[in-house]
Amino acid sequence: MKRAVHVKVNGTDCEQAVDVRSTLADFLREDLDLTGTHVGCEHGVCGACTVLFDGLPMRACLILAVQADGHEVTTIEGVAPPGDALHPIQEAFAAKHGLQCGYCTPGIIMSACAFLKEHPSPTEGEIREMLAGHLCRCTGYHFIVEAIAEAARALAQVGPRPAPDVK
Amino acid sequence: MKPPPFEYVAASSAADAVEALRRYGDEAKILAGGQSLIPMLALRLARPSALVDINRCDDLEGLAESGGVLTVGALARQRDLEGWARTRSPLLSEALGWVSHAPIRNRGTVLGNLVHADPASELPALLLCLDGSVLVRRKGGERVIPADKLYLAPLTTSLEFDELAISARFQLPPEGAGWGFAEVARRHGDFALVGCAGVVALDGAGAVSHVRLGFFGVGGTPIRSAPGEAALMGREPTPARIAEAAKAAAAALSPDGDLHASADYRKKVAATLAGRVLASAFSRCGKSR
Repeated sequence: MKRAVHVKVNGTDCEQAVDVRSTLADFLREDLDLTGTHVGCEHGVCGACTVLFDGLPMRACLILAVQADGHEVTTIEGVAPPGDALHPIQEAFAAKHGLQCGYCTPGIIMSACAFLKEHPSPTEGEIREMLAGHLCRCTGYHFIVEAIAEAARALAQVGPRPAPDVK
Repeated sequence: MKPPPFEYVAASSAADAVEALRRYGDEAKILAGGQSLIPMLALRLARPSALVDINRCDDLEGLAESGGVLTVGALARQRDLEGWARTRSPLLSEALGWVSHAPIRNRGTVLGNLVHADPASELPALLLCLDGSVLVRRKGGERVIPADKLYLAPLTTSLEFDELAISARFQLPPEGAGWGFAEVARRHGDFALVGCAGVVALDGAGAVSHVRLGFFGVGGTPIRSAPGEAALMGREPTPARIAEAAKAAAAALSPDGDLHASADYRKKVAATLAGRVLASAFSRCGKSR
């Protein structure tokens, strides 16, 4: 059973027929080749597939592709401004060794985009609570916490928030 | 692609969804936030032949407070309730912080959580403690199911297969009431091993005029503790009485043990949490709801 969907992904309109059993994560990776959205557990626990759905972080494995019809999705590919530059959060992950194997990283960065908007100067406890929704099996959480704290400082300096815009 | 095959029905209104439920009989499941249903499909624990998606039913949206009652529509996300609760209900606000993680609460609905009826879930126990109810509709009629008649067993409610949950109502605590909430889980956002919530109020003479004590994670359904409440009602809440009430409440529980916690451990933790919840609830009396 296929349905046509029209989804705005990273600012680009995408029209595609999707199987109703496909998740949004399947759609992004297999139909749109946006393989930056990683798929770990496929039942909402690991957080690797987190994307921004209408500006809010959500699990792409827990939304059916057909449900994304008419909505906007931002993936890790849409985080950095156009060109070669990285987003300040990505810069902070590189600077603070916040990624090891990199599997959990895109999901965490998508969550962090929204989290830092709501918590511009988060405490370590708040960062750790947010990270509870993301599993890093390299278990490098200390560096991830430092990276997010560093990103908060960097974003405070650049002033008006760069893309992606979060509700 | 992990879910088993199903027919997808995009309902455009509550009436549309109710009609689809009637048409498919007990073969259909309602898809709202999907934060419990989609994992169950992925794990093949559920194999409905049809999913009725209510996300485009505008008439199921909304969250409104009126006359001391909070009404939550079927499409209100847990995030929406969180936003409302931040200024209006510290109890709900505290409890929601324990419901999974932000990305799940952004999508998951309040009503879906309530009727999924996970025994370790926070909100069903809150529905009990806030004298809540759920309005359900089927083809040709509606009824209100009070919280204490809603939960039958793990993942099982008294909703019939052709009934759609339309909204939930929470009775806000009386003015000056105090509240308490405590939970023990292995990690933040994990299922509760034991959880406890309480709402209390005092009369002019300092005796308990209102008391609700609820538990979750310690039985097949959320539990409102009759013995715990009876030990306090009409009396002055001295530390000794609070301790006695917590003990009586925990003694009446019969939790199961599992990989994460034995039955005995759960009971002990329940007694400790109940004592803390009641103590903090009484200490907050007269301050805010």
